[in-house]
Amino acid sequence: MSAYDLNDSAVLDDETQDAIDIDRSIGDFSFPENHKYDAGVGLTKDTVDYISGVKKEKDWIREFRHRALEVFESKPLPTNWASKDLENIDFDKIRYYLSDGQAPKRSWDDVPPEVLETFERLGVPQQERAFLAGVEAQYDSETSYSNIKEDLEKKGVIFVNSTEGLREHEEIFRPWFGKVIPTGDNKFSALNSAVFSGGSFIYVPKGLKLDAPLQAYFRINSENFGQFERTLIIADEGAEITYMEGCTAPKFETATLHSAVVELVAMKGAKIQYITVQNWSSNVFNLVTKRGVAHENAEVRWIDCNIGSRLTMKYPGVVMKGRKARGEVISIALASDGQEQDTGAKMIHAADETTSNVVSKSISLGKGRSTYRGQVHIPKNLKGCKNNTECDALLINSHSRTDTFPAITVRGNQHATQHEASVSQVSEEMLFYMQQRGISEAAAMSLAVNGFINDLAREFPMEYSVELKRLIELEMEGSVG
Amino acid sequence: MSLVVSNLKASIDDTPILKGLNLEIPKGEVHAIMGPNGSGKSTLSKVIAGHDDYEVNGGSVTLNGEDILEMEIDERSRAGIFLAFQYPAEVPGVSNANFIRAALQARLPKGEELDAVAYYKDLYAKMDILEMDRKFTARAVNEGFSGGEKKRNEILQMMMLDPKFCILDETDSGLDIDAMKVVAKGVNSMRSSERGFLVITHYQRLLDYIQPDVVHVMADGQIVKSGGKELALELEASGYEFLKEPALA
Repeated sequence: MSAYDLNDSAVLDDETQDAIDIDRSIGDFSFPENHKYDAGVGLTKDTVDYISGVKKEKDWIREFRHRALEVFESKPLPTNWASKDLENIDFDKIRYYLSDGQAPKRSWDDVPPEVLETFERLGVPQQERAFLAGVEAQYDSETSYSNIKEDLEKKGVIFVNSTEGLREHEEIFRPWFGKVIPTGDNKFSALNSAVFSGGSFIYVPKGLKLDAPLQAYFRINSENFGQFERTLIIADEGAEITYMEGCTAPKFETATLHSAVVELVAMKGAKIQYITVQNWSSNVFNLVTKRGVAHENAEVRWIDCNIGSRLTMKYPGVVMKGRKARGEVISIALASDGQEQDTGAKMIHAADETTSNVVSKSISLGKGRSTYRGQVHIPKNLKGCKNNTECDALLINSHSRTDTFPAITVRGNQHATQHEASVSQVSEEMLFYMQQRGISEAAAMSLAVNGFINDLAREFPMEYSVELKRLIELEMEGSVG
Repeated sequence: MSLVVSNLKASIDDTPILKGLNLEIPKGEVHAIMGPNGSGKSTLSKVIAGHDDYEVNGGSVTLNGEDILEMEIDERSRAGIFLAFQYPAEVPGVSNANFIRAALQARLPKGEELDAVAYYKDLYAKMDILEMDRKFTARAVNEGFSGGEKKRNEILQMMMLDPKFCILDETDSGLDIDAMKVVAKGVNSMRSSERGFLVITHYQRLLDYIQPDVVHVMADGQIVKSGGKELALELEASGYEFLKEPALA
């Protein structure tokens, strides 16, 4: 059909639709726990020592964790501006480290059967074969599987978990570890710094442009659990990388905590694109700190889609440190009944002629609540900086709520900024029109929502935009009629 | 095989609009309804289509003997009722091609996929009849369309969905004479012994191009006069003044 119409991307999407079987309930299963290492319930200095001991870490890392625990304990919850729901996290009831004690496997054949089955049901090995350059699959606290195409490894690409990254490649990762996001950035970055485990440490050598994405999949299997992966991606001068992460958890009665720290470093002329499709179950508190540094003429792009979780708080940021650096955040949030998506972006201009772009679209369904918080900072001593911020919200019915809190600080007069915000509703007339053509109310809703995010969905790789479309359709079916 | 409206009463916000309307349109016939503003012409089309704003207070509407008032909006559409809107809604971000495709897909049994190649072939053939540019398929439904483009789009959808019964609600409004000829060409290409049409219009002009079998005059929520196509010409010449006479008496 492409011979007839190449402009019509969604038509092309259908071709792959059957091949990728993903739905909202697909992550809702779990296996009996099988842990060799269990740090127990609650968080003390002993918990931190236990984790550090299991990982046989060097003293500097253990000390880093200890300091972080102190910072975490000293900081109040940010309920003065954020959701009061944070108070429902009982830090004393969470388990901070669970693993089967096995090293990451390079072949799916060596992965324990229940872990393999988990990732197969989520489609991870299939996607790896189809279009990825490398995959890391994390199951609770540790990486079960980690592999990268051999030729990339030969070219010097490093793709390992945090433990291995700090142990085997300290000289590469230590200089940037905790530098983009300091421990004390916020309470949850401090928590992660105290108990981190898993995540991806990636180094792409000078001038190497990866033509296929690397992917990480984060899976929570256990109840009352906290997952604290730590990711650090360094793209050396002129290097290019696209990294994608996906995540799911079974729906437990009790709250689950996911609190990651992700640091990106784009050296001169490098490009990093970080894509997230978050589909946590509705009992997960998802409190994530993500930030990148872009050096001269480098580019950091966050493409972020939040569909699941009970409460998400996430404001990906870019510090544009070198001349002509570029930062971008493109985000889609869908807040269903009982969900809160509190997302946004931070753009810190720290050099001349830096450019940032923020496009955020949120959809609130039922009693779902979405909030955009944006910060754009351009100091007085700089010249020729540009920022564009657009946030659009779509409300599906009168109970839903959306808020926009933009904070744009621009000093000096040699800059260009623009900010646009809109709130719209799927009108009754639009629905009547679509239904009059024979389309059911639920299908009409999802068509309207997919139309609303259509321009942003194109930014995702096709395999992901299909998943996105499907997830939205399923959300709509559940919330209409 | 016909659309039968019997003693239909409908109101909006407790204000009666349709007051016992009777109308029968056998298949294969084109009926026109004319009448002054506020007579209830557009209400009739929306009540038949099932708009939620209107409450049906009595009477019935059947399509081929089937009671359609009990059906959801989308079920009525799939049963064969098509309404070409006077003011079609915009659907931002959804391409025309995908929209029409979704409507056709909704008519297929579960699990059956629309043949995309055949679909585009059919779509382009019908767009050619309506003299529409190919770029139109990728544009969002009605977004930024001129009045004429919107009306052509309505007729295109009608041609693609192949309904049993078509209602055209003031399709001529906002059209210049060339656009009206094109739209009429599309409608006339669909006339068949199996399909009925209800053409709602304010002006006789459209009926020069879509020749009706019967013309009805609507006033105050009822059909007050019916006749052949010459009735439309009479109305054009003398207006609706005659309707006011009983009130003056």
